[in-house]
Amino acid sequence: MKIKERVGVFICHCGTNIAGKVDIKNLIQKNSDKENLFFFDYPYFCSQPGQALIKEKINQLNLTRIVVAACSPSLHEKTFHKVAQEAGINPYLVSCANIREQCSWVTEDKEEATEKAEKIIFSHINRVIYQEPLFVKEVEITPRVLVIGGGISGIEAALKIAHAGKEVYLVEKEPSIGGHMAKLDKTFPTLDCASCILTPKMVEVRENKNIKLLTYSEVEEVSGFVGNFEAKIRKKARSVNLLKCTGCGICINKCPIKVDSEFDMGLSKRKAIYIPFPQAVPNAPVIDRKNCLWFTKNKCGLCKKFCPFSAIDYDMQDEIIVEKFGAIIVATGFSLFDPELIYQYGYKRFPNVFTSLEIERLLSPTGPTLGEIVLKNGEIPKEVAIIHCVGSRDENYKPYCSAICCLYSLKLSYLIKEKTKANIYNFYIDLRLTRKGGEEFYNRVLEEGVEFIRGKPANIKMQDDKLVVECEDTLLGKIRRVKVDMVILSPAICPEKSTPFLSRILGLSLSQDGFFQEKHPKLAPASTMVEGIYIAGCCQGPKDIPESVAQAGLAAAEAISLIDCKKIEISPVVAEINEDYCSGCCICVNLCPYNALEYDSEKNKVKLTQEKCFGCGVCVSACFAGALSLKNYREQEILAQIEGIL
Amino acid sequence: MKENIKILGFLCQWCAYQGADLAGTSRLIYPAEVKLIKVPCSGRVSAHIIFKAFQKGADGVFVAGCHIGDCHFKCGNIIAEKRIKVIKAILDSLGIEPIRLDFFFISASEGLKFKKVAEEFYAQIKKMGSLNLNHGR
Repeated sequence: MKIKERVGVFICHCGTNIAGKVDIKNLIQKNSDKENLFFFDYPYFCSQPGQALIKEKINQLNLTRIVVAACSPSLHEKTFHKVAQEAGINPYLVSCANIREQCSWVTEDKEEATEKAEKIIFSHINRVIYQEPLFVKEVEITPRVLVIGGGISGIEAALKIAHAGKEVYLVEKEPSIGGHMAKLDKTFPTLDCASCILTPKMVEVRENKNIKLLTYSEVEEVSGFVGNFEAKIRKKARSVNLLKCTGCGICINKCPIKVDSEFDMGLSKRKAIYIPFPQAVPNAPVIDRKNCLWFTKNKCGLCKKFCPFSAIDYDMQDEIIVEKFGAIIVATGFSLFDPELIYQYGYKRFPNVFTSLEIERLLSPTGPTLGEIVLKNGEIPKEVAIIHCVGSRDENYKPYCSAICCLYSLKLSYLIKEKTKANIYNFYIDLRLTRKGGEEFYNRVLEEGVEFIRGKPANIKMQDDKLVVECEDTLLGKIRRVKVDMVILSPAICPEKSTPFLSRILGLSLSQDGFFQEKHPKLAPASTMVEGIYIAGCCQGPKDIPESVAQAGLAAAEAISLIDCKKIEISPVVAEINEDYCSGCCICVNLCPYNALEYDSEKNKVKLTQEKCFGCGVCVSACFAGALSLKNYREQEILAQIEGIL
Repeated sequence: MKENIKILGFLCQWCAYQGADLAGTSRLIYPAEVKLIKVPCSGRVSAHIIFKAFQKGADGVFVAGCHIGDCHFKCGNIIAEKRIKVIKAILDSLGIEPIRLDFFFISASEGLKFKKVAEEFYAQIKKMGSLNLNHGR
């Protein structure tokens, strides 16, 4: 093959990383007589002098194509694109040959490594000759952020973005924001009241002009990409007009239907028209259509009849909101492990076995017992067992540590002791009190006389109205049977139920434990592999309130700095269609994941919208007519590369 | 005579290519006969490309993409896997052993899996020997 282009081949030593295995001198010498190929080597082409050398040679020898044989293109492709551009060569006329990660580091024998490197380099020389100049397009970023989930993380992220003067949509599936934190009584280890610190933030969300709050709403579809996502949000019919309702509560008093309250974990009743909890935002009721007489039997209608503001609207329909967003923050929180799965702990079989969240509701002054810790028969317990790691750190259920149970179990011990003077036994595997003030709090709880038994209970059974916790005390080396009135289980923190669905519509990966996968565990804990989508709070993994707030702040900062760029570069690697070859068979149309291809029945051709194309090339490889091609990965480029490498 | 086996792998740039890079970063050694080409998505690899690879002298070809559900382009890997099954059947009808072609799911964190795939696929092709097609035109 005769080469018309003048190709500069820059082979990097990478110190000894490449030069230690690949005989670069020999390789260059062997090929030095090839026409129109110019070989150079240097210890580090990524360094400033290395880059300067490339630029110098481009100008000196009028090079028209560049091959850089160095580390993986994932590391320095952008660097060398920039170098070429600065020297006046289109960046897409550069090809990066990976002779470190995929050659010198994975090959034992020097001769083999040199031979492989030569093949790889020539495959890129072959390819670069066919490459075409491409131009990066810029599109404007929609200056609006979508926050999914209205718990403490979502609230914090939304407020931070709103404070920066940006528009933000906060979408919450429940009728009120607040999430799990709203259910808590006090927070560890400082024992400040959860609602006292959360409620002002919730009110601020309601008042802030930059926040559009969509409660009782769910995100159904997301399309687009960084800078311009498009989300379809279903605003479920609340049956109450928020603009007219004042939250007076007359409708709730008149409603004859009582069902278990979700907010109180089924420990109290609510009406079919209800406000989830007193501090709810928005503070307006919602009709639960599954239980409402009007919707199930078409009678009653009392709430509508008595509402002084005509705010009740039985004909309200679900509303679909479609909006564009520059960035998305996912803060969907967690769900609790279902302790019923561990049969031997007797949850739901024995009346006085509770979960920690149920106890939080009992402790709350606005909860079902107005803050009294009582058994199901109304008596005050004298002996209470708290079982740690229910489902967590357990090969049979969840292998990971749920991070917050140790400290909240201590907190519950302290609060119950304070209220009931009961004897409290903590059954634990290890106490992991790594949070600030954790160890000090443990000492305080010890001083109060709370007992700690190291061991995972094997069984809980009923004996004469009492619960007996059977456990091997691994410090004493003895089996213990502790008689108690009440057992509290501290269940594992699990991914929220909607996590797999959201991962699918947003294209996010999940980690092994089912939580959202962060981009980097240390350096990008709030970013995801999808540019423009960030994660905060327990949807990324179990964490306490301060950590959730910190991560929410980071996610907000990431989103703000993204949309503040105003413009974003779009990769020019997209499909192209040659209409002359298109037979209108439409095989490609159904394969495109982004609806970038449409059938034009008038012309009997397929029409391509390049703005919608992401450059996967699935259509290209399905086109039998060869009408479609993918820029930078055209058939001739790949075939030339194959020829060079074999 | 020493037989020179040539293996060509097409790796999606988001997962499998990163997995191969990780194998490198972790200094996991695999046969130098395994050579790799980066593609934007495993779904970009057409039947034409695979036939050409065999025609140009590859003794074994594999395509590797993201795990199901991880595809950067939603479903390119699923389409690619299906396509490979069809191409295997065509190879069979042409008298080329279908196991000379395969599809693997390799994530960016599976450097070790990449090494294993490269080693095992190489061993399998080596056992079968060179394809010995008439090279070129």
